[in-house]
Amino acid sequence: MPDAPLPIDRDSDGTVMSEIGQAPATSPVLSADQGPLVSVRDLVVTLNSANPVQLVRGASFDMAPGEILGMVGESGAGKSMIGTALTGLVASPLAITGGSIHYRGRRIDRLQGEAMRRLRGREIGAIFQDPLTALNPVFTIGRQLVETIGEHLGLSGQAARAEAVSLLAQVGIPDPQGRLDSYPHEFSGGMRQRVVIALALAGRPSLIIADEPTTALDVSIQGQVIELLRDLCARRGTAVMLITHDMGVIAALADRVAVLYAGRIVEIGPVAEVIARPRHPYTQGLMDSIPELGRRLPRLRQITGAMPRPDALPPGCAFAPRCPKVIEACHQAVPAFDADGPHRAACIRTDARVLAA
Amino acid sequence: MTASQLMVAERLSRHFDASPSWLARKLAGTPRRILKAVDEVSFAIPEGATLALVGESGCGKSTAARCVAGLLAPSSGTARYRDTDMREVAKGRAGLRREVQMIFQDPYGSLNPRLRVGRTIADPLVALGIAGSRVERRERVGQLLREVGLSPADAEKFPHEFSGGQRQRIAIARALASKPAFVICDEPTSALDVSIQAQILNLMRDLQDQHGLTYLFISHNLAVVDHMADRVAVMYLGRIVENATREQLFSAPAHPYTRQLIAASPSAGAIGKRHEPMRGEVPNPANPPAGCSFHPRCPAATNICRSERPELRSLGDAREAACHHAEALA
Ligand SMILES: Nc1ncnc2c1ncn2[C@@H]1O[C@H](COP(=O)(O)OP(=O)(O)OP(=O)(O)O)[C@@H](O)[C@H]1O
Ligand SMILES: Nc1ncnc2c1ncn2[C@@H]1O[C@H](COP(=O)(O)OP(=O)(O)OP(=O)(O)O)[C@@H](O)[C@H]1O
Ligand SMILES: [Mg+2]
Ligand SMILES: [Mg+2]
Repeated sequence: MPDAPLPIDRDSDGTVMSEIGQAPATSPVLSADQGPLVSVRDLVVTLNSANPVQLVRGASFDMAPGEILGMVGESGAGKSMIGTALTGLVASPLAITGGSIHYRGRRIDRLQGEAMRRLRGREIGAIFQDPLTALNPVFTIGRQLVETIGEHLGLSGQAARAEAVSLLAQVGIPDPQGRLDSYPHEFSGGMRQRVVIALALAGRPSLIIADEPTTALDVSIQGQVIELLRDLCARRGTAVMLITHDMGVIAALADRVAVLYAGRIVEIGPVAEVIARPRHPYTQGLMDSIPELGRRLPRLRQITGAMPRPDALPPGCAFAPRCPKVIEACHQAVPAFDADGPHRAACIRTDARVLAA
Repeated sequence: MTASQLMVAERLSRHFDASPSWLARKLAGTPRRILKAVDEVSFAIPEGATLALVGESGCGKSTAARCVAGLLAPSSGTARYRDTDMREVAKGRAGLRREVQMIFQDPYGSLNPRLRVGRTIADPLVALGIAGSRVERRERVGQLLREVGLSPADAEKFPHEFSGGQRQRIAIARALASKPAFVICDEPTSALDVSIQAQILNLMRDLQDQHGLTYLFISHNLAVVDHMADRVAVMYLGRIVENATREQLFSAPAHPYTRQLIAASPSAGAIGKRHEPMRGEVPNPANPPAGCSFHPRCPAATNICRSERPELRSLGDAREAACHHAEALA
């Protein structure tokens, strides 16, 4: 179709950048108060093998101090991978092969070994999706907390134990004093998850990557953790990247939300906007498939088909094969964002500029 | 109990010794502490129905599920499947082993990292001697992978090559491999995004419609429970405090705890609204409050609640609640 040129998001080669906020290069180093806390540009994460496969394909976003950015999207879309990249834990055969990550104006995606370890924990805390691997089964909960507290805050003995008790109390473990000597297997799934949250808070980081932090938790503890995270953000200016599939949690907690599909951000914007007026057909499908209390349907609505595998992506928009609004042009080129404002979707069907052309 | 009850739990209890080490106990002079993770829990699930188990973290849902699955010996009481003790079923004695499967809360721990996914899914078939030929097995695995939204080619991969939600789907495929009649699902979809969740929940309901599957369904997501359950049992500190039909429970909850749980449920419609947290703290399960264990957090508590433990009793309309004031509060 030789019609109007589509705005193309050429990600890794950097010719066209889908910038959100200001480019990090212009913000002076260490002026943390004005610039974004985190600035990710065109991030590409690749699975290296005989046929390398891009799992994250050019993600760009900023986070301000104290901001909570929600990340939702299809299972396998690359949410955890982005979190892993921010914590510097991408390991072979995976590698960051494009783009950059700046933290307080300083480039961190190439930091190695000790430098990254120091940043992680003290500055960037992580709550991983898998609570069991984060805890060592052979040591008591108390010992693991005390060790981490010692490492990050330099406390030891009674002071460290007191801090451990206070952290456990903050995440809602009943009888925290009495449970210090328990082993991980003696805790319920949700309690283990709360211990992992306590460990991530121990170093008092400025940025927390929380990967499904409340998945294993029931509504009441979820509420408590939500309050705790929100309070931390407000009081200490801690920023949180909240990876979850629970729109209820996003609605209650996040300031902005990014929607991921097949390794790309397909929509980003203020939470209220995105939930009330989702623009990308994938986001719309996602919102439609949420079961609602008090409105039982014979079947839940589901998006037809499955997300393409990262090694077998269709040309053009990766969602096109499942999209109810697909037109021929969707298969031609990867769509760029449809707007410059805070709420933007990568879809040509919502792009007034394309529709007008 | 009528004959059509597929699974019957009777006064099921499971206690854990939660004491500090012997030396620490002696030094601090603290007594032994017994934690009643599951305390005299009774329920019945008719064939083809779904009973949901809900309640706060640590209230004993997974422990009850493991006892029901026969994976954990109860301290007292019984769980019976088709009138056979689950411990016997789990040991494979009554030939019922194939019929009962469990989906675990933790998709990471339940997959063997060294086995290819295809092997893991076919494992129950092999173990039960119903595997069939190599070709049949490969076909069945491929079909299961498609049903949970993965691809047959994924059978060749290892668990670490999958995301969290993909691993949970593998665990679900494995549980469905032997065409079970009764599936115990411990938070089966909480690691899944909502569109995959819709797909899995629809699949589970389809299987129920087509093959009369029976589910014990544990979830903290009340909207999901509302979608899946016929009856809902609410647990608090190891005990069932309300057991009612789905309609009754969500439209007119009888127990004050159920009411708070429903009010605290987050929803996507509640943007920016301050989350309504539960009142008060979850008490220490090793040292539960006297009387009704919910009384310290209950807005309707009176003197009798502080001194006398309410038993689970029928409220006349197929509903049971353990609350002294259930009628007055209704
Ligand atoms: N170590 C690995 N080796 C190969 N592929 C991997 C590896 N880790 C993840 N992947 C693949 O990368 C893609 C992105 O995975 P990621 O864990 O980021 O997904 P996710 O969005 O967090 O999904 P979920 O919601 O299910 O946790 C998936 O297709 C997954 O199969
Ligand atoms: N092996 C064990 N040893 C000691 N205590 C245990 C053991 N397993 C469970 N418990 C305790 O029993 C109680 C109930 O645990 P269970 O795992 O059944 O909770 P749950 O309702 O499934 O919670 P969640 O929603 O967090 O998964 C908890 O207080 C837990 O600490
Ligand atoms: Mg993930
Ligand atoms: Mg559990």
